[in-house]
Amino acid sequence: MCLGIPGKIIRWLERDGVFAQAEVEFDGVRRVVHMACVTEAEEGEYVIVHAGIAISRIDPEEAEQIFQTLAEMGDDEGWHATETDDAGEDS
Amino acid sequence: MKYLDEYRDPEAAQRLLTEIRKTATHCWTLMEVCGGQTHSLLRHGIAAELEGTVELIHGPGCPVCVTDQGAIDFACQLAQREDVILASFGDMLRVPGSDSSLLDVRTAGGRVQVVYSPLDAVELARRYPERQVVFFAVGFETTAPATALAVRQADRDGLENFSLLVSHVRVQPAMETLVEAPDHRVQAFLAAGHVCTVMGYESYESFVETYRLPVVVTGFEPLDLLEGILACVRQLEQQQARLENCYARSVQEAGNRAARDLVQEIYQVSDRAWRGFGVIPRGGLELSPEWSQYDARIRFEKQALPVLENEECRSFDVMTGQLKPTACPHFGKRCRPETPLGAPMVSSEGACAAYYRYGMSADHATA
Ligand code: SF4
Repeated sequence: MCLGIPGKIIRWLERDGVFAQAEVEFDGVRRVVHMACVTEAEEGEYVIVHAGIAISRIDPEEAEQIFQTLAEMGDDEGWHATETDDAGEDS
Repeated sequence: MKYLDEYRDPEAAQRLLTEIRKTATHCWTLMEVCGGQTHSLLRHGIAAELEGTVELIHGPGCPVCVTDQGAIDFACQLAQREDVILASFGDMLRVPGSDSSLLDVRTAGGRVQVVYSPLDAVELARRYPERQVVFFAVGFETTAPATALAVRQADRDGLENFSLLVSHVRVQPAMETLVEAPDHRVQAFLAAGHVCTVMGYESYESFVETYRLPVVVTGFEPLDLLEGILACVRQLEQQQARLENCYARSVQEAGNRAARDLVQEIYQVSDRAWRGFGVIPRGGLELSPEWSQYDARIRFEKQALPVLENEECRSFDVMTGQLKPTACPHFGKRCRPETPLGAPMVSSEGACAAYYRYGMSADHATA
């Protein structure tokens, strides 16, 4: 119920304040989304949408952060071995 | 899709799993607060992968599950009225009230309309001016801005046939109630990502200080969850209790200003009965007096109804981490998603339903 789905802003329909709206694409499907909480977002940016309204923009730099951390972690031995070890496990 | 697929990368997930296993010197008990996270942890097999390293307790984080039975009973009554259309999110339909669910009422001819957004309920009110449209406003702080927006929209359009049955609940007071229970087992919290997207996480500072438990703001994708778990485990191993944000691509410390302002404009904090918990002080939101003309409880003058909780359901024990869903004697027997005894079996984010769905039967879970 609290899930939010990321979608891409295709175009603004109404940019003003509380009644702002934009067309947003989710996996190829476009919907009108209420944008009152992210009026500063730009076309082409991603937003998280919950119950028909966008509740945040996705910060692309922060989104990359985890992959950098993981890359650093990858320098360290260990993980390749575990990956193959686990391959035959039941799940 | 961008920002979704990357966070499901199995190879990256393996690295994080390895790091968690390497870091934990013994098994830590964490609580994920949000039902969306419970669902995701089981769906992606994370809970099972970490067995013996991290025990995950599934918190009270499904607003559908904790909606007070009295509210459901009232919604059912409204839906039976000739002049009313009751609009609701789909997950509420099968939640059992004292003697029926909204689905039962609909099957018997009541007008219950499933909507995806509260704004769709406003649209219904516009389309059916001869009827009263009541939106059943459930949800945590995540959903409150959407319902606040619906009120603003109805107000702008001068709709006199729109109102809300407000059952919004607030997460942090429930976390406080949980850790004040003398026998709670929680050693750290994964804080609910989208509640924090809206409300920020400043208010957890004092929580961390008071209860000396790590709180890590966590998202919903496998990598988000694993990163949050790793952050908790690291803190616990170092005997620290800090507030951390592992969902920074969506969550800022102060939350979303515009969303908070909307919530503050339309609602006020109130005490609220939580199913399975009883009344939690400051545990909910209600319409503030300036907007009370949109309050369905006032509009339809609720007659007080006795509320009978199903005593066989062990939902409180499940939501406080005292009992694994699979250990409930009714799990998978009398209580299944088609015939739920209690709310945690109804919504797919309820802890019991999530276990049922992902095949963790009683025998399985301990195997
Ligand atoms: S399995 Fe059913 S009866 Fe048991 S706690 Fe869960 S919802 Fe309640």
